[in-house]
Amino acid sequence: MSLSEIEATESEQVEQPAGNLRKEAWKRLRRDPVALVGFGLIAFFVLVAVFAPLIAPYAPDAQPGRGIITPTNIPGPSAEHWFGLDASGRDEFSRVVYGARQSLLVGVVATLVGMAGGLLLGVLAGAFGGKVDAVVMRIVDVMLSIPGLLMAIAIAALLGASLWSVMIAIAIINIPVFARLLRGQMLSQRGSDYVLAAVSVGVRRRPIVFGHILPNSISPVIVQATLTLATAIIEAAGLSFLGLGSADPRVPEWGRMLADTQRYLASAPHLAFFPGIAIVIAALGFTMLGERLREAIDPKYRR
Amino acid sequence: MSDDDVLLSVRGLEVHFPIRSGILIERQIGSVKAVDGVDLDIPRGATVGLVGESGCGKSTLGRAILRLVEPTAGTVTFDGTDLHNLAGEDLRRMRRQLQMVFQDPMASLNPRQNVQSVLSEPLRAHGIGGDHAARVRELLDVVGLPASAANRYPHEFSGGQRQRIGIARAIALEPQLIVADEPVSALDVSIQAQVVNLLEELQDRLGLTYLVIAHDLAVVRHIADVVAVMYLGGLVEQAPSDDLYATPLHPYTKALMSAVPIPDPEVEDTRQRILLQGDLPSPADPPAGCRFHTRCPFRQPTRCADERPALRTVPGHPEAHTVACHWAEEIEAGRIRPDAAAVVAPNPQHASDPAA
Amino acid sequence: MTSTEPLLDVRDLSVTFTRKGGPTVRAVDGVSFTVRPGETVSLVGESGSGKSVTSLAVMGLLPRRGVQVGGQVLFDGDDLLTLPRDRLRDIRGRDIAMVFQDPMSSLNPVVPIGVQVTEVLERHQDLHGEKARAAAADLLARVGIPDPTRRLKEYPHQLSGGMRQRALIAMALACQPRLLIADEPTTALDVTIQAQIIELLKELVQDTGAALVLITHDLGIVAGLCDTVHVMYSGRVVESAGRRELFARPRHPYTGGLLGSVPRLDAPRGAPLHPIPGSPTDVLRWDRGCAFAPRCQNRVDACTEGPPPLESYAGRSLRCLNPLTESEEVSA
Repeated sequence: MSLSEIEATESEQVEQPAGNLRKEAWKRLRRDPVALVGFGLIAFFVLVAVFAPLIAPYAPDAQPGRGIITPTNIPGPSAEHWFGLDASGRDEFSRVVYGARQSLLVGVVATLVGMAGGLLLGVLAGAFGGKVDAVVMRIVDVMLSIPGLLMAIAIAALLGASLWSVMIAIAIINIPVFARLLRGQMLSQRGSDYVLAAVSVGVRRRPIVFGHILPNSISPVIVQATLTLATAIIEAAGLSFLGLGSADPRVPEWGRMLADTQRYLASAPHLAFFPGIAIVIAALGFTMLGERLREAIDPKYRR
Repeated sequence: MSDDDVLLSVRGLEVHFPIRSGILIERQIGSVKAVDGVDLDIPRGATVGLVGESGCGKSTLGRAILRLVEPTAGTVTFDGTDLHNLAGEDLRRMRRQLQMVFQDPMASLNPRQNVQSVLSEPLRAHGIGGDHAARVRELLDVVGLPASAANRYPHEFSGGQRQRIGIARAIALEPQLIVADEPVSALDVSIQAQVVNLLEELQDRLGLTYLVIAHDLAVVRHIADVVAVMYLGGLVEQAPSDDLYATPLHPYTKALMSAVPIPDPEVEDTRQRILLQGDLPSPADPPAGCRFHTRCPFRQPTRCADERPALRTVPGHPEAHTVACHWAEEIEAGRIRPDAAAVVAPNPQHASDPAA
Repeated sequence: MTSTEPLLDVRDLSVTFTRKGGPTVRAVDGVSFTVRPGETVSLVGESGSGKSVTSLAVMGLLPRRGVQVGGQVLFDGDDLLTLPRDRLRDIRGRDIAMVFQDPMSSLNPVVPIGVQVTEVLERHQDLHGEKARAAAADLLARVGIPDPTRRLKEYPHQLSGGMRQRALIAMALACQPRLLIADEPTTALDVTIQAQIIELLKELVQDTGAALVLITHDLGIVAGLCDTVHVMYSGRVVESAGRRELFARPRHPYTGGLLGSVPRLDAPRGAPLHPIPGSPTDVLRWDRGCAFAPRCQNRVDACTEGPPPLESYAGRSLRCLNPLTESEEVSA
């Protein structure tokens, strides 16, 4: 390719409107009470995670209740310790607050990595079709045929128990979801009249894929990412619950906190309640926003 | 118009879509013969109309000519170049000369692209320099839209305006041939005439050649110099517009014409109709012999069911008028009469209505 | 033949949609028309003219929420708008039937055609078992479906578009209605199939003496089928007349414009088309003047000063301050 041709290709990229459609979706979202509540929950969750050291009265590994605690006497919520103490005499409230950091980190990283992998495969399959599509989609089918959690456990076990293996495991099980979604969207856009129109005026393949097909296929992927964040948080808790997360007991993680309380469920049910509620609230926030985002963005709901 | 002034020439064009089946290994178990052996010439500067009902393959034919679908067999020669020998960059460059206008103006525009971007995209694609903004303003002016339209998005326009944008895109590269696939059928009645007039005006101004594909015979008769009638993948009749209307030779053309309603009670009450029985057969399994014989009210016991008629001239008609029917002369002379059940006489009650 | 009492008498019908957070939209405004037994009446208009909303309002098929319906719809003397729901349901289906544009979405996709037709027979004609099945086969044969006994067992997706529309008409006929409302019954069909369906409707009106209300955008269909034509624009009737008078002497500029903008198969080639400028979305609100004024070539100042009244004379109604005169007629 000569220099002039490269320049021609560059300048062919379609100028995308920052404007109208997105503005409209945004306007709709801002008027939607469910989306606002979802957004509020997420904002709360993120703020707690970021400002954990300022919010939590104790360090996550401090044991203000050491000496008071016995296996049959684990004090519940009080003015001093809002969520009570855990079995090792640590402040439960502080641990739930610090736990938000782990969940947010795992959720965001796993989703981003999964989405990136899925986009790569999806674009390959969706842009080329034919044999490339067949090969990529068979790989995806194989990945999807293994139950997600089982696969995540296998991957995490293979990589050894750590925060990173949890993230990678969750990322991998989400790759096929994104790949299949994007590929389907792109294939349906590929046959649309405006793509045909671009082909017929002689636009090259690359600007068609990146300027026309991809931008019109990406909305459902963004929605899916929001929803995946919710499941990733739950899956991360699940893997930690099974002991596949970080081995460091000083780093609080909601799933492991749940696992640790199993033995004390009869004497201290609050220890299961608070991390459980935290997981639900965080996941609920992303689910609510994601569902409403889908409605706001989907062209079928527009007009 | 002489033979050497043919801009586009189609010979023996076939487009067969494979029907595949199988779980692991896909086998081809048949094919949909969307276009099955079509010859068509489009003279330079003329408008050729292609009519037929849904499923007859007229849109596929249009797209195969532009190589937006790959033909199975046959040749398309444009201005001396065989389009089917072109590939990659050569084909892309050739596309400058052949443009398309789509049926659904909303679907043919990228919802995320503003008009400026839509109309300058062809210029960018072919590395045409200069002031794109000025060229876009000029194009908008030609199709009757204000310059302020450039910054707006497709959903902000009405159907007729969107179709004007589609037409502006098609003429942006100053092509020689435009294939218009049902350019007005998605529009409101009062808008259709605007777009038809615009297409005619642009032809005069820019010296364009058109292939207009439509199901509406009245629109085609209005706009086209030559009309080709298509049925189930093949052409059944081709003639200069006036000849076709004055003396339709093929039974299908006759039936099609008598089915088109005319907005005039006097005409409607007095004309005889030929009603076709049943529906279009499946193009995956077309009838043997003449494709139309299963519904033809003039069907004869011999030849029709086993011999596929080719387009031919009929004595007493201009050479440009060709028809694919074994019995065209006998039908025209009245020696073969249509099946009585297919003929609907004028409504006596209405015709004798003294109200007029 | 039209001296009898009207079967359907629509008086001053109005339909207003109120959307939460949005403006209220008056889709139909002061529409009046009558239909006598055996008569075919047409409502003609483009998108946004309110013709389909009118038919849905007559049938009582509009959603209750966010919709206000005013005026009267008298069927055989009963006002359908105030009738209790169960009486309305009785009339709808037994006395009035409706055929829609898209036959696929009006048929239940998972129930065989035969069952759908016999259901209607069982409910409205008290036929059961073998008798109902035989009657259903008769009906399918009557609307021109070949091999009806076999077709009864088929599902909607196994029929072609034309056959589906026939099946739908058969269902509408199952209860021997006195009024049939057909909303764009042929728009989704090819011309040759359209001709079959129109011919069928014509026959049915002649044979059963039922009245037909045809809703369409196609003036060609109207010309061959209807007795009286009401042209609608932006929710109001702008011109009503017998079909011969209307087509021979259109007085409203919109009617004239429509006729002048449709290419005619029998017109000499090269005859110019006279399109109406603008689009059906360029309307003025009726309370501020004539909705058609922004597109009208006969516009005078008074047109935008207030709503023009609907005036009746010599069997014609016209809502126009400056109608087409004889010389301006578009009679191509």
